[in-house]
Amino acid sequence: MTSGTKSYIQALLQRGIREDNRKMDEYRKITVEYGVSAKSAEGSARVKIGETEVVAGVKMEVGDPFPDKPDEGTIMVNAELLPLSSPEFESGPPDVESIELSRVVDRGIRESKTIDFKKLCIKPGEKVWLLFIDIYPINDDGNLFDAAALAAFAALRDAKFPAYDEETGKVKYSEKTDKPVPLECMPMACTVLKIGDKFIIDPSTREEEAADARLTLVSTDHTNLCAMQKGGTHPFVSEDINHMAELSLRKAEELRKLFK
Amino acid sequence: MTYDKRSDGRKFDELRPMEAKVGVIARADGSAMFKIGKTVAYAAVYGPRALHPSHMRNPETGILRCNYNMMSFSGSGERVRPGPSRRSKEIGLVTEKALLPVMDISGFPNTVVDVFIELLQTDAGTRCAGITAAALALADAGFPMRDLVAAVSVGKVGDKLVVDLSKEEEDYEEGATDMPLAILPRTGEVTLLQMDGNISKDELKELVENAKKAARKINEVQIKALKDKYGVN
Repeated sequence: MTSGTKSYIQALLQRGIREDNRKMDEYRKITVEYGVSAKSAEGSARVKIGETEVVAGVKMEVGDPFPDKPDEGTIMVNAELLPLSSPEFESGPPDVESIELSRVVDRGIRESKTIDFKKLCIKPGEKVWLLFIDIYPINDDGNLFDAAALAAFAALRDAKFPAYDEETGKVKYSEKTDKPVPLECMPMACTVLKIGDKFIIDPSTREEEAADARLTLVSTDHTNLCAMQKGGTHPFVSEDINHMAELSLRKAEELRKLFK
Repeated sequence: MTYDKRSDGRKFDELRPMEAKVGVIARADGSAMFKIGKTVAYAAVYGPRALHPSHMRNPETGILRCNYNMMSFSGSGERVRPGPSRRSKEIGLVTEKALLPVMDISGFPNTVVDVFIELLQTDAGTRCAGITAAALALADAGFPMRDLVAAVSVGKVGDKLVVDLSKEEEDYEEGATDMPLAILPRTGEVTLLQMDGNISKDELKELVENAKKAARKINEVQIKALKDKYGVN
Protein backbone atom coordinates (compact mmCIF):
# COMPACT_ATOMS: atom_id res chain seq x y z
CA MET A 1 0.00 0.00 0.00
CA THR A 2 1.30 3.44 -0.84
CA SER A 3 1.62 6.02 1.92
CA GLY A 4 -0.79 8.12 -0.14
CA THR A 5 -3.55 5.53 0.20
CA LYS A 6 -2.91 5.23 3.90
CA SER A 7 -3.10 8.96 4.50
CA TYR A 8 -6.21 9.09 2.32
CA ILE A 9 -7.99 6.48 4.45
CA GLN A 10 -6.82 8.28 7.61
CA ALA A 11 -7.96 11.67 6.35
CA LEU A 12 -11.39 10.25 5.51
CA LEU A 13 -11.68 8.73 8.99
CA GLN A 14 -10.79 12.07 10.57
CA ARG A 15 -13.95 13.38 8.94
CA GLY A 16 -15.88 10.34 10.17
CA ILE A 17 -16.11 8.71 6.76
CA ARG A 18 -15.16 5.22 5.60
CA GLU A 19 -14.43 4.40 1.98
CA ASP A 20 -17.61 2.32 1.67
CA ASN A 21 -19.70 4.84 3.65
CA ARG A 22 -20.21 2.53 6.61
CA LYS A 23 -20.38 3.82 10.17
CA MET A 24 -17.28 3.29 12.31
CA ASP A 25 -19.01 0.52 14.25
CA GLU A 26 -20.98 -1.06 11.44
CA TYR A 27 -20.55 -4.62 10.17
CA ARG A 28 -21.15 -5.43 6.53
CA LYS A 29 -24.02 -7.83 5.86
CA ILE A 30 -23.33 -11.18 7.53
CA THR A 31 -24.79 -14.47 6.34
CA VAL A 32 -24.34 -17.95 7.80
CA GLU A 33 -25.04 -21.06 5.77
CA TYR A 34 -24.87 -24.54 7.28
CA GLY A 35 -24.00 -27.94 5.83
CA VAL A 36 -21.89 -26.67 2.92
CA SER A 37 -19.89 -29.91 3.00
CA ALA A 38 -22.55 -32.11 4.56
CA LYS A 39 -21.57 -35.22 2.60
CA SER A 40 -17.97 -35.06 3.76
CA ALA A 41 -17.67 -33.18 7.03
CA GLU A 42 -19.40 -33.91 10.34
CA GLY A 43 -20.24 -30.23 10.51
CA SER A 44 -19.67 -27.35 8.11
CA ALA A 45 -20.61 -23.76 7.47
CA ARG A 46 -19.99 -20.82 5.20
CA VAL A 47 -19.87 -17.29 6.59
CA LYS A 48 -19.93 -14.18 4.47
CA ILE A 49 -19.17 -10.73 5.83
CA GLY A 50 -19.72 -8.48 2.86
CA GLU A 51 -17.55 -10.00 0.15
CA THR A 52 -15.33 -11.82 2.62
CA GLU A 53 -16.16 -15.49 2.52
CA VAL A 54 -14.86 -18.22 4.83
CA VAL A 55 -15.78 -21.90 5.06
CA ALA A 56 -15.11 -24.14 8.04
CA GLY A 57 -15.57 -27.86 8.57
CA VAL A 58 -15.42 -30.20 11.54
CA LYS A 59 -14.06 -33.74 11.26
CA MET A 60 -14.20 -36.02 14.29
CA GLU A 61 -11.81 -38.82 15.10
CA VAL A 62 -11.42 -41.12 18.05
CA GLY A 63 -7.99 -41.09 19.61
CA ASP A 64 -5.98 -41.32 22.79
CA PRO A 65 -6.40 -38.67 25.48
CA PHE A 66 -3.44 -36.61 26.67
CA PRO A 67 -1.82 -38.41 29.64
CA ASP A 68 -2.45 -35.43 31.93
CA LYS A 69 -6.14 -35.19 30.92
CA PRO A 70 -7.26 -38.82 30.67
CA ASP A 71 -10.98 -38.02 30.71
CA GLU A 72 -11.02 -35.18 28.20
CA GLY A 73 -11.28 -34.96 24.44
CA THR A 74 -9.99 -31.90 22.66
CA ILE A 75 -10.23 -29.63 19.65
CA MET A 76 -7.64 -28.78 17.03
CA VAL A 77 -8.11 -25.65 14.97
CA ASN A 78 -6.30 -25.16 11.70
CA ALA A 79 -6.60 -22.25 9.30
CA GLU A 80 -4.94 -22.02 5.93
CA LEU A 81 -4.75 -18.71 4.08
CA LEU A 82 -5.48 -20.20 0.68
CA PRO A 83 -3.79 -18.55 -2.29
CA LEU A 84 -7.16 -19.08 -4.01
CA SER A 85 -8.66 -16.37 -1.83
CA SER A 86 -6.27 -13.46 -2.31
CA PRO A 87 -3.35 -12.37 -4.51
CA GLU A 88 -1.43 -11.72 -1.26
CA PHE A 89 -1.38 -15.34 -0.08
CA GLU A 90 1.23 -17.82 -1.25
CA SER A 91 1.37 -21.60 -1.42
CA GLY A 92 3.51 -23.51 1.00
CA PRO A 93 3.56 -24.58 4.61
CA PRO A 94 1.38 -22.47 6.93
CA ASP A 95 2.93 -19.06 7.41
CA VAL A 96 2.83 -17.14 10.64
CA GLU A 97 -0.40 -15.31 9.74
CA SER A 98 -2.25 -18.61 9.24
CA ILE A 99 -0.89 -19.87 12.53
CA GLU A 100 -1.95 -16.72 14.38
CA LEU A 101 -5.45 -16.93 12.91
CA SER A 102 -5.77 -20.61 13.89
CA ARG A 103 -4.56 -19.98 17.40
CA VAL A 104 -6.80 -16.98 18.05
CA VAL A 105 -9.87 -18.96 16.92
CA ASP A 106 -8.70 -21.97 18.96
CA ARG A 107 -8.26 -19.92 22.14
CA GLY A 108 -11.63 -18.26 21.70
CA ILE A 109 -13.42 -21.61 21.59
CA ARG A 110 -11.25 -23.33 24.20
CA GLU A 111 -11.22 -20.55 26.79
CA SER A 112 -14.93 -19.82 26.46
CA LYS A 113 -15.52 -23.37 27.76
CA THR A 114 -18.35 -23.65 25.27
CA ILE A 115 -17.29 -27.27 24.79
CA ASP A 116 -16.97 -29.31 27.94
CA PHE A 117 -14.04 -31.49 26.94
CA LYS A 118 -15.11 -34.09 29.51
CA LYS A 119 -18.20 -34.69 27.37
CA LEU A 120 -15.89 -35.77 24.54
CA CYS A 121 -14.61 -38.68 26.60
CA ILE A 122 -15.64 -42.16 25.48
CA LYS A 123 -13.58 -44.26 27.90
CA PRO A 124 -11.35 -42.49 30.46
CA GLY A 125 -7.66 -43.00 29.80
CA GLU A 126 -8.34 -44.81 26.54
CA LYS A 127 -10.64 -43.25 23.97
CA VAL A 128 -11.78 -39.69 23.46
CA TRP A 129 -13.22 -37.65 20.59
CA LEU A 130 -10.85 -35.29 18.79
CA LEU A 131 -12.56 -32.45 16.93
CA PHE A 132 -10.61 -31.05 13.99
CA ILE A 133 -11.87 -27.65 12.95
CA ASP A 134 -10.45 -26.57 9.59
CA ILE A 135 -10.95 -23.03 8.34
CA TYR A 136 -10.41 -21.79 4.79
CA PRO A 137 -11.00 -18.33 3.34
CA ILE A 138 -12.57 -18.40 -0.12
CA ASN A 139 -12.36 -14.64 -0.67
CA ASP A 140 -10.44 -12.23 1.55
CA ASP A 141 -12.05 -8.84 1.57
CA GLY A 142 -10.94 -8.05 5.10
CA ASN A 143 -11.71 -9.12 8.68
CA LEU A 144 -10.76 -12.77 8.38
CA PHE A 145 -10.43 -13.03 12.17
CA ASP A 146 -14.11 -12.40 12.89
CA ALA A 147 -15.26 -14.37 9.84
CA ALA A 148 -13.05 -17.36 10.76
CA ALA A 149 -14.29 -17.39 14.36
CA LEU A 150 -17.91 -17.19 13.20
CA ALA A 151 -17.42 -19.96 10.64
CA ALA A 152 -15.73 -22.23 13.20
CA PHE A 153 -18.54 -21.70 15.70
CA ALA A 154 -21.22 -22.23 13.05
CA ALA A 155 -19.54 -25.46 11.87
CA LEU A 156 -19.52 -26.73 15.47
CA ARG A 157 -23.21 -25.93 15.78
CA ASP A 158 -23.85 -27.87 12.59
CA ALA A 159 -21.80 -30.90 13.67
CA LYS A 160 -23.24 -34.32 14.49
CA PHE A 161 -21.19 -37.18 15.87
CA PRO A 162 -20.57 -40.06 13.48
CA ALA A 163 -21.40 -43.57 14.64
CA TYR A 164 -18.70 -45.24 16.72
CA ASP A 165 -18.36 -48.97 17.17
CA GLU A 166 -16.89 -49.55 20.62
CA GLU A 167 -16.08 -53.20 19.90
CA THR A 168 -13.90 -52.56 16.86
CA GLY A 169 -12.88 -49.04 17.87
CA LYS A 170 -13.78 -47.78 14.39
CA VAL A 171 -15.63 -44.63 13.46
CA LYS A 172 -18.31 -45.18 10.83
CA TYR A 173 -18.17 -41.95 8.88
CA SER A 174 -20.99 -42.95 6.56
CA GLU A 175 -23.36 -43.14 9.53
CA LYS A 176 -24.09 -39.86 11.26
CA THR A 177 -25.95 -39.92 14.56
CA ASP A 178 -28.31 -37.10 15.54
CA LYS A 179 -26.13 -36.25 18.52
CA PRO A 180 -24.83 -32.67 18.34
CA VAL A 181 -21.72 -31.25 19.98
CA PRO A 182 -22.95 -29.77 23.27
CA LEU A 183 -22.20 -26.04 23.23
CA GLU A 184 -22.56 -24.18 26.52
CA CYS A 185 -22.20 -20.60 25.29
CA MET A 186 -21.54 -18.49 22.21
CA PRO A 187 -17.97 -17.20 21.97
CA MET A 188 -17.89 -14.37 19.42
CA ALA A 189 -14.83 -12.57 18.10
CA CYS A 190 -15.13 -8.90 17.27
CA THR A 191 -11.92 -7.25 16.10
CA VAL A 192 -11.36 -3.51 16.53
CA LEU A 193 -8.83 -1.58 14.46
CA LYS A 194 -7.09 1.59 15.46
CA ILE A 195 -6.23 4.00 12.67
CA GLY A 196 -4.82 7.30 13.89
CA ASP A 197 -7.07 8.11 16.84
CA LYS A 198 -10.12 6.40 15.31
CA PHE A 199 -11.54 2.97 16.03
CA ILE A 200 -13.36 0.89 13.47
CA ILE A 201 -14.74 -2.63 13.26
CA ASP A 202 -15.06 -5.05 10.36
CA PRO A 203 -12.23 -3.60 8.28
CA SER A 204 -11.81 -3.95 4.54
CA THR A 205 -8.39 -5.13 3.33
CA ARG A 206 -7.44 -1.53 2.56
CA GLU A 207 -8.37 -0.44 6.07
CA GLU A 208 -6.39 -3.36 7.48
CA GLU A 209 -3.33 -2.21 5.57
CA ALA A 210 -3.82 1.36 6.77
CA ALA A 211 -4.30 0.34 10.41
CA ASP A 212 -1.82 1.13 13.15
CA ALA A 213 -2.95 -1.67 15.40
CA ARG A 214 -5.76 -4.15 15.94
CA LEU A 215 -7.27 -5.94 18.88
CA THR A 216 -9.31 -9.11 18.53
CA LEU A 217 -11.52 -9.73 21.54
CA VAL A 218 -13.55 -12.87 22.06
CA SER A 219 -16.47 -12.62 24.45
CA THR A 220 -19.09 -15.03 25.75
CA ASP A 221 -21.76 -12.47 26.70
CA HIS A 222 -22.13 -8.71 27.06
CA THR A 223 -19.54 -8.41 29.84
CA ASN A 224 -17.21 -11.39 29.78
CA LEU A 225 -14.11 -11.71 27.63
CA CYS A 226 -12.36 -15.05 27.14
CA ALA A 227 -9.53 -14.29 24.70
CA MET A 228 -7.66 -11.36 23.23
CA GLN A 229 -4.95 -10.81 20.68
CA LYS A 230 -3.25 -7.58 19.74
CA GLY A 231 -1.78 -7.10 16.31
CA GLY A 232 0.04 -4.28 14.59
CA THR A 233 3.01 -2.24 15.69
CA HIS A 234 1.47 0.78 17.41
CA PRO A 235 1.04 0.71 21.19
CA PHE A 236 -2.29 1.18 22.98
CA VAL A 237 -2.90 3.35 26.03
CA SER A 238 -5.31 2.05 28.63
CA GLU A 239 -8.16 4.28 27.37
CA ASP A 240 -7.75 2.66 23.96
CA ILE A 241 -8.12 -0.79 25.44
CA ASN A 242 -11.18 0.12 27.49
CA HIS A 243 -12.82 1.72 24.52
CA MET A 244 -12.06 -1.21 22.22
CA ALA A 245 -13.36 -3.70 24.78
CA GLU A 246 -16.64 -1.83 25.15
CA LEU A 247 -17.09 -1.55 21.42
CA SER A 248 -16.25 -5.21 20.87
CA LEU A 249 -18.57 -6.45 23.64
CA ARG A 250 -21.44 -4.40 22.25
CA LYS A 251 -20.94 -5.61 18.68
CA ALA A 252 -20.46 -9.24 19.71
CA GLU A 253 -23.98 -9.16 21.13
CA GLU A 254 -25.17 -8.37 17.61
CA LEU A 255 -23.20 -11.33 16.26
CA ARG A 256 -24.84 -13.61 18.80
CA LYS A 257 -28.24 -12.72 17.36
CA LEU A 258 -27.20 -14.54 14.17
CA PHE A 259 -27.49 -17.77 16.16
CA LYS A 260 -30.74 -17.15 18.02
CA MET B 1 -20.93 -59.72 -11.49
CA THR B 2 -23.92 -57.91 -12.99
CA TYR B 3 -24.39 -54.30 -12.02
CA ASP B 4 -28.04 -53.88 -12.96
CA LYS B 5 -28.92 -50.59 -11.45
CA ARG B 6 -26.76 -47.63 -10.47
CA SER B 7 -26.81 -46.98 -6.75
CA ASP B 8 -28.20 -43.47 -7.25
CA GLY B 9 -30.72 -44.53 -9.89
CA ARG B 10 -29.03 -42.84 -12.86
CA LYS B 11 -28.93 -44.27 -16.37
CA PHE B 12 -25.53 -45.77 -17.21
CA ASP B 13 -24.64 -42.85 -19.47
CA GLU B 14 -26.17 -40.18 -17.28
CA LEU B 15 -24.15 -37.45 -15.58
CA ARG B 16 -25.01 -36.31 -12.08
CA PRO B 17 -26.79 -32.95 -11.79
CA MET B 18 -24.41 -30.10 -12.52
CA GLU B 19 -24.18 -26.49 -11.52
CA ALA B 20 -21.61 -23.89 -12.59
CA LYS B 21 -21.01 -20.27 -11.76
CA VAL B 22 -18.22 -17.90 -12.76
CA GLY B 23 -16.90 -14.86 -10.89
CA VAL B 24 -17.45 -16.36 -7.44
CA ILE B 25 -14.20 -15.06 -5.89
CA ALA B 26 -13.97 -11.29 -6.14
CA ARG B 27 -10.26 -11.01 -5.32
CA ALA B 28 -9.25 -13.36 -8.13
CA ASP B 29 -8.63 -12.35 -11.75
CA GLY B 30 -10.96 -15.14 -12.78
CA SER B 31 -12.91 -17.70 -10.78
CA ALA B 32 -15.54 -20.40 -10.98
CA MET B 33 -17.45 -22.97 -8.97
CA PHE B 34 -18.40 -26.29 -10.54
CA LYS B 35 -20.60 -28.82 -8.81
CA ILE B 36 -21.34 -32.30 -10.10
CA GLY B 37 -23.46 -34.42 -7.79
CA LYS B 38 -22.01 -33.83 -4.36
CA THR B 39 -18.51 -32.96 -5.57
CA VAL B 40 -17.91 -29.21 -5.29
CA ALA B 41 -14.81 -27.54 -6.79
CA TYR B 42 -13.71 -23.92 -6.67
CA ALA B 43 -11.07 -22.54 -9.03
CA ALA B 44 -9.33 -19.17 -8.95
CA VAL B 45 -6.89 -17.69 -11.47
CA TYR B 46 -4.26 -15.09 -10.62
CA GLY B 47 -2.02 -13.64 -13.26
CA PRO B 48 -0.16 -13.29 -15.43
CA ARG B 49 2.03 -12.09 -12.56
CA ALA B 50 5.72 -12.08 -11.68
CA LEU B 51 6.98 -15.64 -11.23
CA HIS B 52 8.70 -16.63 -8.01
CA PRO B 53 11.12 -18.29 -7.60
CA SER B 54 12.71 -16.21 -10.34
CA HIS B 55 14.98 -18.98 -11.64
CA MET B 56 11.83 -20.63 -13.03
CA ARG B 57 11.11 -17.61 -15.22
CA ASN B 58 11.04 -18.27 -18.92
CA PRO B 59 11.93 -15.31 -21.15
CA GLU B 60 10.10 -16.93 -24.06
CA THR B 61 6.72 -17.60 -22.50
CA GLY B 62 4.56 -17.38 -19.43
CA ILE B 63 3.99 -20.59 -17.53
CA LEU B 64 0.84 -22.18 -16.17
CA ARG B 65 0.95 -23.47 -12.61
CA CYS B 66 -1.96 -25.50 -11.22
CA ASN B 67 -2.45 -26.34 -7.60
CA TYR B 68 -5.05 -28.93 -6.54
CA ASN B 69 -6.12 -29.28 -2.93
CA MET B 70 -8.80 -31.05 -0.94
CA MET B 71 -9.97 -29.12 2.10
CA SER B 72 -9.16 -31.16 5.21
CA PHE B 73 -12.80 -31.89 5.97
CA SER B 74 -13.76 -32.77 2.39
CA GLY B 75 -12.85 -36.47 2.36
CA SER B 76 -15.34 -39.24 2.94
CA GLY B 77 -13.54 -40.88 5.87
CA GLU B 78 -10.98 -39.47 8.26
CA ARG B 79 -9.71 -35.93 8.00
CA VAL B 80 -7.33 -35.31 5.10
CA ARG B 81 -4.00 -34.02 6.34
CA PRO B 82 -3.55 -30.41 5.22
CA GLY B 83 -0.81 -29.50 2.79
CA PRO B 84 0.42 -31.03 -0.44
CA SER B 85 0.48 -34.81 -0.87
CA ARG B 86 1.94 -36.95 -3.64
CA ARG B 87 -1.57 -37.36 -4.98
CA SER B 88 -2.39 -33.65 -5.00
CA LYS B 89 0.93 -32.80 -6.67
CA GLU B 90 0.32 -35.30 -9.44
CA ILE B 91 -3.20 -34.00 -9.99
CA GLY B 92 -1.84 -30.44 -10.19
CA LEU B 93 0.58 -31.59 -12.86
CA VAL B 94 -1.96 -33.43 -15.02
CA THR B 95 -4.35 -30.51 -14.64
CA GLU B 96 -1.71 -28.20 -16.14
CA LYS B 97 -1.28 -30.56 -19.06
CA ALA B 98 -5.03 -30.77 -19.51
CA LEU B 99 -5.45 -26.99 -19.75
CA LEU B 100 -2.29 -25.85 -21.56
CA PRO B 101 -3.29 -27.06 -25.04
CA VAL B 102 -6.12 -24.51 -25.24
CA MET B 103 -4.04 -21.62 -24.00
CA ASP B 104 -1.47 -19.32 -25.50
CA ILE B 105 0.49 -17.53 -22.81
CA SER B 106 3.60 -16.99 -24.93
CA GLY B 107 2.76 -13.30 -24.93
CA PHE B 108 3.49 -13.03 -21.20
CA PRO B 109 7.19 -13.90 -20.85
CA ASN B 110 8.68 -14.33 -17.36
CA THR B 111 5.26 -14.54 -15.75
CA VAL B 112 3.11 -17.21 -14.18
CA VAL B 113 -0.59 -17.85 -14.45
CA ASP B 114 -1.60 -19.45 -11.17
CA VAL B 115 -4.65 -21.68 -11.00
CA PHE B 116 -5.81 -22.76 -7.55
CA ILE B 117 -8.35 -25.55 -7.23
CA GLU B 118 -10.00 -26.30 -3.90
CA LEU B 119 -12.48 -29.07 -3.16
CA LEU B 120 -15.14 -28.21 -0.60
CA GLN B 121 -16.90 -31.58 -0.66
CA THR B 122 -16.03 -34.73 -2.54
CA ASP B 123 -17.92 -37.67 -4.02
CA ALA B 124 -15.45 -38.88 -6.68
CA GLY B 125 -14.52 -37.14 -9.92
CA THR B 126 -12.65 -34.39 -8.11
CA ARG B 127 -9.82 -33.85 -10.60
CA CYS B 128 -12.37 -33.65 -13.42
CA ALA B 129 -14.53 -31.17 -11.52
CA GLY B 130 -11.38 -29.17 -10.78
CA ILE B 131 -10.35 -29.04 -14.45
CA THR B 132 -13.87 -28.11 -15.56
CA ALA B 133 -13.95 -25.29 -12.99
CA ALA B 134 -10.40 -24.16 -13.88
CA ALA B 135 -11.26 -23.85 -17.58
CA LEU B 136 -14.18 -21.63 -16.62
CA ALA B 137 -12.01 -19.53 -14.32
CA LEU B 138 -9.45 -19.02 -17.11
CA ALA B 139 -12.22 -17.93 -19.47
CA ASP B 140 -13.58 -15.62 -16.76
CA ALA B 141 -10.10 -14.10 -16.41
CA GLY B 142 -10.29 -13.24 -20.10
CA PHE B 143 -7.51 -15.42 -21.48
CA PRO B 144 -7.64 -16.15 -25.18
CA MET B 145 -8.53 -19.83 -25.39
CA ARG B 146 -8.89 -22.18 -28.32
CA ASP B 147 -11.74 -23.99 -26.56
CA LEU B 148 -13.02 -24.70 -23.08
CA VAL B 149 -11.97 -27.93 -21.39
CA ALA B 150 -14.58 -30.29 -19.95
CA ALA B 151 -13.50 -33.26 -17.89
CA VAL B 152 -15.37 -36.36 -16.84
CA SER B 153 -14.62 -39.71 -15.37
CA VAL B 154 -15.95 -42.75 -17.19
CA GLY B 155 -15.35 -46.38 -16.37
CA LYS B 156 -16.69 -49.78 -15.60
CA VAL B 157 -18.61 -50.84 -12.54
CA GLY B 158 -19.09 -54.58 -12.30
CA ASP B 159 -19.91 -55.52 -15.89
CA LYS B 160 -21.35 -52.15 -16.99
CA LEU B 161 -19.72 -49.19 -18.69
CA VAL B 162 -20.76 -46.02 -16.88
CA VAL B 163 -20.31 -42.28 -17.08
CA ASP B 164 -19.40 -40.06 -14.12
CA LEU B 165 -18.71 -42.54 -11.33
CA SER B 166 -19.77 -41.74 -7.79
CA LYS B 167 -17.60 -42.65 -4.82
CA GLU B 168 -19.86 -45.58 -4.07
CA GLU B 169 -19.29 -46.86 -7.61
CA GLU B 170 -15.54 -46.32 -7.44
CA ASP B 171 -15.54 -48.49 -4.32
CA TYR B 172 -17.80 -51.18 -5.85
CA GLU B 173 -16.95 -54.46 -4.18
CA GLU B 174 -16.59 -56.56 -7.28
CA GLY B 175 -14.29 -54.10 -8.97
CA ALA B 176 -14.51 -50.78 -10.73
CA THR B 177 -12.45 -49.09 -13.40
CA ASP B 178 -12.02 -45.35 -13.22
CA MET B 179 -10.88 -43.43 -16.27
CA PRO B 180 -10.79 -39.64 -16.06
CA LEU B 181 -10.58 -37.69 -19.30
CA ALA B 182 -10.32 -34.01 -20.16
CA ILE B 183 -11.76 -33.18 -23.54
CA LEU B 184 -11.86 -30.16 -25.83
CA PRO B 185 -15.58 -30.21 -26.61
CA ARG B 186 -15.31 -28.61 -30.04
CA THR B 187 -12.77 -31.01 -31.53
CA GLY B 188 -13.06 -34.00 -29.21
CA GLU B 189 -9.33 -33.90 -28.53
CA VAL B 190 -8.27 -35.52 -25.25
CA THR B 191 -5.89 -33.60 -22.99
CA LEU B 192 -6.03 -35.75 -19.88
CA LEU B 193 -6.26 -39.50 -19.82
CA GLN B 194 -5.69 -41.68 -16.81
CA MET B 195 -7.05 -45.06 -15.86
CA ASP B 196 -6.98 -47.55 -13.08
CA GLY B 197 -8.81 -50.80 -13.27
CA ASN B 198 -9.24 -53.39 -15.93
CA ILE B 199 -10.90 -52.97 -19.34
CA SER B 200 -10.57 -54.43 -22.82
CA LYS B 201 -9.42 -52.61 -25.94
CA ASP B 202 -13.00 -52.47 -27.24
CA GLU B 203 -14.29 -51.14 -23.97
CA LEU B 204 -11.63 -48.44 -24.04
CA LYS B 205 -12.84 -47.35 -27.45
CA GLU B 206 -16.43 -47.18 -26.28
CA LEU B 207 -15.54 -45.36 -23.08
CA VAL B 208 -13.68 -42.62 -24.93
CA GLU B 209 -16.72 -42.05 -27.13
CA ASN B 210 -18.97 -41.99 -24.05
CA ALA B 211 -16.68 -39.44 -22.43
CA LYS B 212 -16.83 -37.21 -25.51
CA LYS B 213 -20.61 -37.21 -25.42
CA ALA B 214 -20.61 -36.44 -21.70
CA ALA B 215 -18.07 -33.66 -22.19
CA ARG B 216 -20.41 -31.93 -24.61
CA LYS B 217 -23.13 -31.91 -21.93
CA ILE B 218 -20.70 -30.53 -19.36
CA ASN B 219 -19.66 -27.92 -21.90
CA GLU B 220 -23.27 -26.75 -22.24
CA VAL B 221 -23.31 -26.07 -18.50
CA GLN B 222 -19.99 -24.22 -18.79
CA ILE B 223 -21.24 -22.05 -21.62
CA LYS B 224 -24.43 -21.25 -19.75
CA ALA B 225 -22.41 -20.14 -16.70
CA LEU B 226 -20.36 -17.78 -18.85
CA LYS B 227 -23.45 -16.41 -20.54
CA ASP B 228 -25.12 -15.90 -17.15
CA LYS B 229 -22.32 -13.58 -16.14
CA TYR B 230 -21.49 -11.89 -19.41
CA GLY B 231 -24.99 -11.79 -20.85
CA VAL B 232 -24.11 -12.63 -24.45
CA ASN B 233 -26.32 -14.77 -26.62
